[in-house]
Amino acid sequence: MAPSPSPRKSSTSGGAPAPTARRALVLGGNRIPFARSGGAYAHASNQDMLTAALDGLVARYGLQGERIGEVAAGAVLKHSRDFNLTREVVLGSALSATTPAYDLQQACATGLESVVSLANKIRLGQLDSAIAGGVDTTSDAPIAVSDRLRRALLDLSRAKTVGQRLAAASRIRPKDLAPATPRTSEPRTGLSMGEHQALTTAEWGITREAQDEVALRSHQRLAAAYDAGFFDDLVTPYRGLARDANLRPDTSLEKLAQLKPTFGLGLDVPATMTAGNSTPLTDGASTVLLGSDEWAAEHRLTPLAVVVDAEAGAVDFVYGEDGLLMAPVYAVPRLLARHGLTLADFDYVEIHEAFASTVLTTLAAWESDTFGKERLGLDGAFGTVDVDRLNVHGSSLAAGHPFAATGGRIVATISKELHLRQQRDGGTPRALVSVCAAGGLGLTAILEAA
Amino acid sequence: MTDTYLELVNGGLTGTLAKKLGLPRPAPLRRYRAGEPLLVGPVLVLGKGADADAVAAQLAGPWDLDVHRHAHDARYAALVLVLTEVTHPDDLAAPVLEAAATLRSLARGARVVTLSRPATDEDAPAVAAARQGVDGLLRSLAKELRGGATGNGLVLADGVGVDAPSVLGGLRFLLSTRSAFVDGQLLAVDTDGGSLPDDWDRPLAGRVAVVTGAARGIGEAIAETLARDGATVVAVDVPAAGDHLAAVANRVRGTALQLDVTADDAGERILEHALQRHGRLDVVVHNAGITRDKLLANMTPEKWDPVLAVNVAAQLRINEALLTSGDFTDAPRIVSLASTSGIAGNRGQTNYAASKGGVIGMVRATAPLLEAFGGTANAVAPGFIETEMTARIPAVTRQVARRLNSLQQGGQPVDVAEAVAFLASPAAGGIRGRVLRVCGQNMVGQ
Repeated sequence: MAPSPSPRKSSTSGGAPAPTARRALVLGGNRIPFARSGGAYAHASNQDMLTAALDGLVARYGLQGERIGEVAAGAVLKHSRDFNLTREVVLGSALSATTPAYDLQQACATGLESVVSLANKIRLGQLDSAIAGGVDTTSDAPIAVSDRLRRALLDLSRAKTVGQRLAAASRIRPKDLAPATPRTSEPRTGLSMGEHQALTTAEWGITREAQDEVALRSHQRLAAAYDAGFFDDLVTPYRGLARDANLRPDTSLEKLAQLKPTFGLGLDVPATMTAGNSTPLTDGASTVLLGSDEWAAEHRLTPLAVVVDAEAGAVDFVYGEDGLLMAPVYAVPRLLARHGLTLADFDYVEIHEAFASTVLTTLAAWESDTFGKERLGLDGAFGTVDVDRLNVHGSSLAAGHPFAATGGRIVATISKELHLRQQRDGGTPRALVSVCAAGGLGLTAILEAA
Repeated sequence: MTDTYLELVNGGLTGTLAKKLGLPRPAPLRRYRAGEPLLVGPVLVLGKGADADAVAAQLAGPWDLDVHRHAHDARYAALVLVLTEVTHPDDLAAPVLEAAATLRSLARGARVVTLSRPATDEDAPAVAAARQGVDGLLRSLAKELRGGATGNGLVLADGVGVDAPSVLGGLRFLLSTRSAFVDGQLLAVDTDGGSLPDDWDRPLAGRVAVVTGAARGIGEAIAETLARDGATVVAVDVPAAGDHLAAVANRVRGTALQLDVTADDAGERILEHALQRHGRLDVVVHNAGITRDKLLANMTPEKWDPVLAVNVAAQLRINEALLTSGDFTDAPRIVSLASTSGIAGNRGQTNYAASKGGVIGMVRATAPLLEAFGGTANAVAPGFIETEMTARIPAVTRQVARRLNSLQQGGQPVDVAEAVAFLASPAAGGIRGRVLRVCGQNMVGQ
C-alpha cells in the first residue's frame, strides 16, 4: 500500500512511513520458570502468570509507567472471561494504563506470531515499542458445561413466562451436568498430538534411542545454561520456582530408556515415544521486549537481535501425506529462498521440541533427497543441521511447553545468544526459529544479531 | 512485625496498669514522612562562643526554626548543645545545667544534639578532659531521655567548622525524625568535604544508587528510602529472589538486576548495568548479608565460608572493580551494612561478627581511596531491627532483645535505611570510614 498523501499526523515519533522498512529489534525478554501441570502454579491463572512475566520485564528494563506502543499476547487454553486477557494484564501491571493491547492465538505458534506481528508493525513505523507475550495453563484450564446444558441454560435466561422457564429447565438431564473438559486432540481426526506424531515418527523410522538422546541433550544444555547464569536476565522466579520444574539435570539415557512408551501403542511398529522424549503439560508465561533503533537508544537499551522475516506454513494432515507437525519443513525452505540462504548460513537453529521426534523427523525430511525433490521441489536434500547449532541452550523437552509461552522463550533465549556470540566473535550471527503447532500449522522466523 | 508489648503499654487500660506497675514503657517513635517540617516546636541552642552563635543563626535563618538562646518555659522539640569551644570540664556546667531544667518538659520524640571536638593526644589535659567529658555526658543523657526522645552528638575534627556540609547534614539528620532509632551515638565529622543539597527533601536527586540484597527486609527499605530521596535505584539480589526484587524495582521505579554478589564479575556487571541503563553510578549500598549461626566449637566450612564470602569478600571485590573502573568518580558513596555483632560480639556468631567487623575495617581503609574524587565510604551498624530474620528468634529471647536499648524497642528497617540514605547523601562527604549505629543505644558495645 502506498503511503497516504494526506497530511494527517502519524502517532508515532517516526513520522511518515519510511520508504524502506526499518529494523525491528529484540531488546530483551522475561519469563517465569515453567511449571509442570498441577505443580507450583496449580492455582495461578493465565492472567496471574502473564502479569508476573510482564512485571518482571518492566522491572528488568525500568519501564514503570511507560506507555508501550502495543502489547500482544495470547493463550491457547483460555477462559471465556479472559476475552481481553492481554489488556487486563497490562492494566494490572506496572506499565502505563494507556498502553494498548490485543489478544491473538495461533495454537503453539501464538508466542512467535505475537513477536512477528508486532515486529512488522515496528518495521512499518506504526509502533516504536512493543511487548510480545504468551501464557498457558493446563492446571487452571477452562471447564465448560455440555452443549445440551448450555443451550437449556441460555433458553432459560431468555424465557419470559413460567411455562417457558419450566420447559427449558425440564430439558436438562443428569448426564448433561458432566463438565466438558478441554482436549488437546485434533478436532478433525480425534487423535491427540502425540498419536499424530507417533504416525510421523513411524513413517520416518525414528528410533527410541535417537529420541532419548535429543531429550537428554535438552536437559543437559538447559541445566548448563542455568548453572552458567545465562537465564539470570531472562527468567524471574515465581511462586517459589526459580528454575523450570520439568528440568532434570541428572537424567541419563539409562533413566530415559526405562520409561514405558505412551504414544503409538496401537501401531504395527514398536512404540518409541515416552513421557521422557515428549513435552509434558506445562504452565508458564513469557514476554519479549521489541523496539525500533530510536526507541532503544532513547531508553538506553542494548539491541540484542533483529527480527528479519517470518514465514507461516500449514500441511493437510487430515487427507494429505504430511504429518500434523510437519508444516515448518515446508515453511523454512520458502523463507530461506526469499533471502537466498541455506541451512548452512545459520549459526543457530531452534526447533521447538514438541516431541524429540518432531525435531528428528524435521531434520530427516530436510536431509532426504527424495523428500527434497518430490515434496519441496528442490534439486535434492534441503540441508542438514548438526547438533552443535541446534537448540544450544535446551528446548521444550527440558523447559516444558506452556503452549503460547514457548515462542517467547525461544526468541528471548536465542536473541541473547546471538548478542553474546556477536560480542565474542563479531560478524552477524544468524538464527532460524521453527515452531510447529496444532491444526497442521507451523511458524518460522529468521533473527540476526543486531 | 508488630511489637504487641509496645502497643499494650501505650494503650488505655493496659497502659495505666503498666505505669502503676513501673514496667518499661517504650514510646511509639515518629518516622519521617516526605515533606514534613524539620522540627515542630522551639529549639534551644545552648553554649557560648562563635560556634554556638553560628549554629543558632543557621537554625533560625536558612532552616527557619524557632530558636531560643536561653531556656524559657516551653516544650522544646530539640536542644542543641554547642560545646566545641570548651577548654576545661568546668565549662560544661552552665550549658548542661541549663539544659537540665528543660528535660522534664521536652516534647515527645524530642532531640538532644551535642556538637563537640574529639579529645586528642595533642590537646592540653584540661581541654581533652572537657572534650572527652561530653562523650560520657551524652551517652548518659541519652539513657535518661523518655518519650521517644533521643540524644546524639557530632564530633567535629579540629579545623572543621560548624558550617561544614557534614556538620549541617548530620545536624539535620539527628534533629529530624529520620534518626528515630539512632540514640546515644557520637558521629565523627572528619573533614569539611561534601556539599549541601539543593533540596533537603531530595538530596539524592540525579544520583544513581545500587542496593544489594534489595528484595526484602532492610534492603527493600533502603531502596525505597533512596528513591524517596530522589535517587534512581538499581535493585540487586540473587536470581532466586527475583520475584520480590521485581516488585521492589517496580515500586521504586528503578531497575532489577538479578545477580549473585559473590560472582567474580559482580562489580563489573553492576557497573555495566548502571552505566548502560542509567548513565552513571554514584552510590553503592552493600546490604546483602547472610547468617549461619554456630558456636565456634561446632563451626564447619559450610557455615563459615559463605558468611565471609557474601558479607565482606564480595564487598571488597565489588569495591575494587568500581575503584579501578574510572567510572565511580563523581563524589561517590559506599555505604556498607555492619552489625552491632561486629562491634560487641555475639555468642554463636563468630563467622558473622568476623565478617561485620571486617566491613568496619574495610570502610575505614576504603574512604581514603575515594577522597580524591570527593567520595567516602562508611558503615551502618543496625541493632535489633524488626525483620523476617529477627522474627525467627524465639519469642521470649526476642522480647528481651527488643528491650535491651534506651528506646526499649526494636527498630524498623526504615530506620536503618534513613541512616544509609544520610551517609549516601552529598552532605555526608566529610564523614570518612565511620560506623553509624542504628540501635536505639543498645546496651552492648559502644
